[in-house]
Amino acid sequence: MKAETNLEKVLESGAFAVTAEAGPPKGTGTRGMSRRGEMLLPYCDAVNVTDNQTAIVRMCSLAGCVLLKQQGVDPVMQMVTRDRNRIALQSDILGAVAMGIGNILCLSGDHQKFGNHPSAKGVFDIDSVQLIQTMKKMRDEGLFICGEEVSGRVPLFIGAAENPYADPFEFRVTRLAKKIKAGVDFIQTQAVYDVPKFARWMQMVTDRGLDQQVHILAGVIPIRAVGMARYMRDSVSGVSVPDEIITRMEKAKEAKVEGVKIIGEIIEQLKEITGVHGVHIMAVGWEEIVPEIVEAAGLYPRPLL
Amino acid sequence: MITVTNQKPLEEVTESLGQCQRVYIIGCGTCATMLHTGGKSEVLEMKRQLEESGKQVTGWMVIPTACDALTREALAEEAADVAKADCILVMSCAFGVQTVSLYADIAVYPVLNTLFIGKEESPGHFIEVCAQCGNCVLARTAGICPIIRCAKSLQNGPCGGSVEGKCEVSPDIPCAWQLIIERLGELGQMDVLEEVVPPKDWDTSPSGGPRHIVVQY
Repeated sequence: MKAETNLEKVLESGAFAVTAEAGPPKGTGTRGMSRRGEMLLPYCDAVNVTDNQTAIVRMCSLAGCVLLKQQGVDPVMQMVTRDRNRIALQSDILGAVAMGIGNILCLSGDHQKFGNHPSAKGVFDIDSVQLIQTMKKMRDEGLFICGEEVSGRVPLFIGAAENPYADPFEFRVTRLAKKIKAGVDFIQTQAVYDVPKFARWMQMVTDRGLDQQVHILAGVIPIRAVGMARYMRDSVSGVSVPDEIITRMEKAKEAKVEGVKIIGEIIEQLKEITGVHGVHIMAVGWEEIVPEIVEAAGLYPRPLL
Repeated sequence: MITVTNQKPLEEVTESLGQCQRVYIIGCGTCATMLHTGGKSEVLEMKRQLEESGKQVTGWMVIPTACDALTREALAEEAADVAKADCILVMSCAFGVQTVSLYADIAVYPVLNTLFIGKEESPGHFIEVCAQCGNCVLARTAGICPIIRCAKSLQNGPCGGSVEGKCEVSPDIPCAWQLIIERLGELGQMDVLEEVVPPKDWDTSPSGGPRHIVVQY
C-alpha cells in the first residue's frame, strides 16, 4: 500500500470501485460541501474535489477536501498545473498530506480562455505527466523536483485522467503508458457514452498489459436533459455522444429518468470490460442522483475495509 | 522571420499623446512596411487622422530599419522638424520605439503592438513558431515547437482537448502535438514519445529575468 486511502484499499482488494465528484462553491460557505460529503459517503469509495474546473474561480480543492474529510469521506484532491508553478504545487502537496489527504489527481487543466478570467496568465510550468513524476519522487525518494530532501513521509495514491476519445486515438494508449512510467496509480477517464470506442481503447490498453499496472476507473456523466446531451456532443472537447443517446433523450417522457437509465446501462457494459476497475461518476451540480445510480447499478453497499 | 505588429486603436494612441499638440511621426521600412502597419502609407494615414483631430504634424519619415543604430543619424538629419514637436509617435515594433527613445530628447509613444516574431506560413498568414525560451526542445519534437504552438506549452502532450487535429482553444489552431506525432511517425522516431520529459528549465526564458549575452567577435 502506498497511502492506505480507502480508494487504494478498495482497488487493491479487487472490488469494483465507485468514485464521485463534488465541485467547491464559488464562495466561502462550507455547508454545501459538507452536506454533499455526508450524502455521498455511503455510496462512494472516494470523492474528487475539482480544482477551479473550467478555469472558473472557486474555493480551493485542498479546503474542499478537508471539508469532505470532516464528514468521513476519502477525498481525491484534483490539481491542475494551469494556475501554480512547481513551487506552489509541491507546497500544496505537503499541505494536503499534512491534512490527511492521500489521493491526488494530476491534470493540466482546462485552458484559462474557457473560464471567468480569460485574460489570466496560464502558468503551465510543468505538465500533468511531470506532476505525476513529481509526486512519485516525493513519495518514493523523499525528494523535491530540485533534489532536496522532504522532511517526513509523503504517502500518496497518485491519479491522473485520460481521454480515450481525444486524438490522435492510437497515441492515447502510448500516453497512458507514459503516465504509468511517470508513476500513476489510478486513472479516471473522460465521460464514456460511446462504449464500443472505449472498449477498443481498453483492448489496446490490455494488449500492452497496462491494465495490470494501473487501476482504470471509467468516467460517466449522468444526463439530465436532451439539451445537456447535445451540449456534451457539440461543445465539450473530446466527448463523443452517440446519436442514439440523443434520440432516446428526445423521445423520453421524463428526461431525468431516461438519463439515469442510460447511465445505468453504460455502467453495466463497463463492468464487463476487462481492465476496468471501477466507475467515476461526475454529476457536478446533480450529486443527489449519485445514490440512485449506484444502487441501480448494483454497486451498493460499498465495501468497508 | 519578421516582427509581427498590429496597430493600436486610434483612441489609445491619442490618449497617450495627452496634451501634446505637435507630433513628429516615424515609420519603419522593414517589418512594419511589409505588414502594412507602419510603412509610408500608414504614416501618411496617421498624419491625416491626427490633423483631423486638431493635432499638428511637424514632420515624418520612414527609417529603413528603425531598430538599427542608424536611427540616431536619421533623427539628427530631421532635427529641425523633430525639434518643433512635443513628442514622437513611432510606427514600428517595440525595438524601433526603444531605439528612437534612446536617441530622442522628447517623449516617444508607440502606435503598434508587437505581437510575435513570426513566420509567413502562407501569403499574409503569419504564425508564431518560436517563443525564444532559450532552451530549445526541437530535437525531441520533430522540429515543431510545443512551447509556443501548444496552448499549454505541454512537453508530454497532447492533452485531452486535442480533437481531429485541432486545439481545444480554437478550431483555427492546429494541435501542435498532433503535428509532432505525425512528423515523428514519418521520421520513424515514435519511440521518442515514450520518454517522460522532465520539468523544463525556464531560467533561460523571460521568467529568469531580463536576458543579455556578450559575444566575443
